[in-house]
Amino acid sequence: MSKTVEVQYFAILREQRGLAQEKITTDAGTAAQLYDALRAQHGFTLESSRLRVAVNDEFAPWPAPLRDGDRLVFIPPVAGG
Amino acid sequence: MFRISSEPLDPAALQRELRDIRAGACAAFEGWVRNRNDGQPVRALDYEAYVPLAEKEGGRILAEAREKFAILGARCVHRIGSLALGDLAIWVGVAAEHRGPAFEACRYIVDEAKARVPIWKKEHYADGATAWINCATRGPGAQEKPPGL
Repeated sequence: MSKTVEVQYFAILREQRGLAQEKITTDAGTAAQLYDALRAQHGFTLESSRLRVAVNDEFAPWPAPLRDGDRLVFIPPVAGG
Repeated sequence: MFRISSEPLDPAALQRELRDIRAGACAAFEGWVRNRNDGQPVRALDYEAYVPLAEKEGGRILAEAREKFAILGARCVHRIGSLALGDLAIWVGVAAEHRGPAFEACRYIVDEAKARVPIWKKEHYADGATAWINCATRGPGAQEKPPGL
């Protein structure tokens, strides 16, 4: 079933997408499916195995089902410090 | 308390927040912007954070440190934005009755923050190239797919 989610991009993904955030209407059932679709569409270099995902400002498992209105962030490998 | 700051950090002020007359030790760590990485001359750095989750995850790391080590207080602040060589990027401070747990907790907080908190670093090299650290296609855990798959 189609739903609309908000995706926020950081760091390498923000640059590769050319946007900091967007609303996306998608048929993807999970965060993993949505990332794979976006990766194919925009040529993101990183595979999902290198990333974590956050839903509504908390880490979430990749297979978690997407809900209408969710806010997603795909988290590239971190490098603080 | 773990904070992300877009303003320069003030170690003296941060250390004052840890003052506690029960404490006989205060260990602090400062992470500075270095002029080389992996043999390449670095000119400047940009740090970026997913602030709400960075502050949540950082708070969890400080709570873990308080459980694991006999300490009285802990603070960590990470700077974001454009930093120059020599700038202070991360400050960690721990107060404890004794120096052992203060050193150990300080080390734990820095190591965990580097590994878990959603903060990213872009290096600007002397030759004009840039790179997001740890984000190379062939980085740790990367699985190369044959073309066409």
